[in-house]
Amino acid sequence: MKYPSQAVALPYFIAAIALFAGQVIFGLILGTQYVIGDFLFPEIPFNIARMVHTNLLIVWLLFGFMGAAYYLVPEEAETDLYSPLLAWVLFWVFLAAGVLTILGYLFVDYNTLATMTGNNLLATMGREFLEQPLLTKIGIVVVALAFLFNISMTMLRGRKTVINIVLLIGLWGLAIFFLFAFYNPTNLVMDKFYWWWVVHLWVEGVWELIMAALLAFVLIKVTGVDREVIEKWLYVIITLALVTGIVGTGHHYFWIGTPAYWQWWGSIFSALEPIPFFAMTVFAFNMVNRRRREHPNKVAVLWALGTAVMAFLGAGVWGFLHTLAPVNYYTHGSQITAAHGHLAFYGAYVMVVIAIISYAMPILRGRAANSQRAQVLEMWSFWIMTVSMVFITLFLTAAGILQVWLQRVSDTPMPFMMVQDQVALFYWLRVVAGVVFFTGLVTYVCSFFVKGESKPLIA
Amino acid sequence: MSGTFTKAMARNVFYGGSVFFFLLFLALTFDTMQALPKTDNRHNLTSGAAAGKHIWETRNCIGCHTLLGEGAYYAPELGNVYTRRGPEFIKAWIQAMPTKTPGRRQMPQFHLTDKELDDLVEFFRYTAGINTQKWPPNIEG
Repeated sequence: MKYPSQAVALPYFIAAIALFAGQVIFGLILGTQYVIGDFLFPEIPFNIARMVHTNLLIVWLLFGFMGAAYYLVPEEAETDLYSPLLAWVLFWVFLAAGVLTILGYLFVDYNTLATMTGNNLLATMGREFLEQPLLTKIGIVVVALAFLFNISMTMLRGRKTVINIVLLIGLWGLAIFFLFAFYNPTNLVMDKFYWWWVVHLWVEGVWELIMAALLAFVLIKVTGVDREVIEKWLYVIITLALVTGIVGTGHHYFWIGTPAYWQWWGSIFSALEPIPFFAMTVFAFNMVNRRRREHPNKVAVLWALGTAVMAFLGAGVWGFLHTLAPVNYYTHGSQITAAHGHLAFYGAYVMVVIAIISYAMPILRGRAANSQRAQVLEMWSFWIMTVSMVFITLFLTAAGILQVWLQRVSDTPMPFMMVQDQVALFYWLRVVAGVVFFTGLVTYVCSFFVKGESKPLIA
Repeated sequence: MSGTFTKAMARNVFYGGSVFFFLLFLALTFDTMQALPKTDNRHNLTSGAAAGKHIWETRNCIGCHTLLGEGAYYAPELGNVYTRRGPEFIKAWIQAMPTKTPGRRQMPQFHLTDKELDDLVEFFRYTAGINTQKWPPNIEG
């Protein structure tokens, strides 16, 4: 690595991977509860396990983003990190807050937890993905602001590259839109309306800037393509992302008590949302084809190409499948939504974080790339995880189509639970695919411990 | 991309386009806020319904159920449960949980008081009255 202070990224990446493992284990519990309803009941009810599953996802992706920023921003700015000490302090604060929150979910009754943590002063809990106690939410804001201060100061001190600027806009946007998590009006329609300002404007807005910046950074490093070319692509991609994605929020405003005109705005703009993801795919393959060097880290290139393709499939194609209002009228809140959620998060955000880890981790450990054997094992983990996630998505999509047909399209609609029994086969297949995903994750973790002759680092 | 489309142009399109479409989104938001009183059933948002929403949140109901299609997909849609089941059934159901039927999905026992049950039902009554553009397609949610 070029600057010693980049080393602070290492604990962030390790924490990210550890929490990722936790997320997947809870995913397996949830998948099992779908077919064996009383599995682990009453010790871990479904709603608690699901909250742990989704909150761990958010926390580990944030660890990944922060680690990526600590690695990338100094290198791009060509200066040391403003304060490595602050980064270390924030690491422990964020990890402690995250772990305590998860333990709170698991060992304290949720209502008691809410009372204990000041939810009666300002009620923010009990909304999907924003279940964190008030104290945790405040902690997230404090950590985010201190983190942003640290990397913003780093950038201001050095070179202001396009990658750094875009990454920082994305991260600042992340922090700013999170503030809507504190706004929880009694009016359910307004609650939902602004809830999406966090959820949608994160994953279909500013997070896309973060993803594109990380991808561009990895591509510059592994292909050696001229920065000017890559930066121009980066601007085009994020323009497409925000131009389609901001008003595309409207695809969540079809059936929640908002005016009917959102069906037009939401359908039209979100139908265009696959375009930036398609551009990302074209971009990644183009840059790799025009590479000016053979980087020894082949597996990082694989993850970079993989994230571009899978984000397009998961976020782009699977999003488009159910985004038009006349289709969404039937599919809204069904297993189709779950299918899309899984492939989109995996393709866009899980894979891009792994791509940057895959590129940076060997360097943080003092080598240009891992040994051939370690890379081959990591490639196996890539294929096992990616293919099994595609199967999870396909099974959930099949379950969703059947569910929508039996419960909503049919002339004699069946009640929810009866329909769930009808689609149980696909839930079983999903659990199997989930177990395969977990073996892929174990393979991934093992690849870090494979010894062998690695390429030395020539700075 | 050819040399005529420069990086500076791409940057300007990004800033200009993002700001324009964010302002458009804000304008639509403003208009929605003006229009909401007609659709969001706020005149039925009683203090009981407000208390019911708080119970809905502090028991993490959204972790299993959907409400107007949003939430988890493990248990039935509850946005229209007031219409589907009626107040007495809802209360009796919540009190009877968990069923403990082997292998079946289980809902926890939340030990709600009569007042809390009434508030929760009031919240569902308010929710069922929101104009959702005729969603869900039928009573089963």
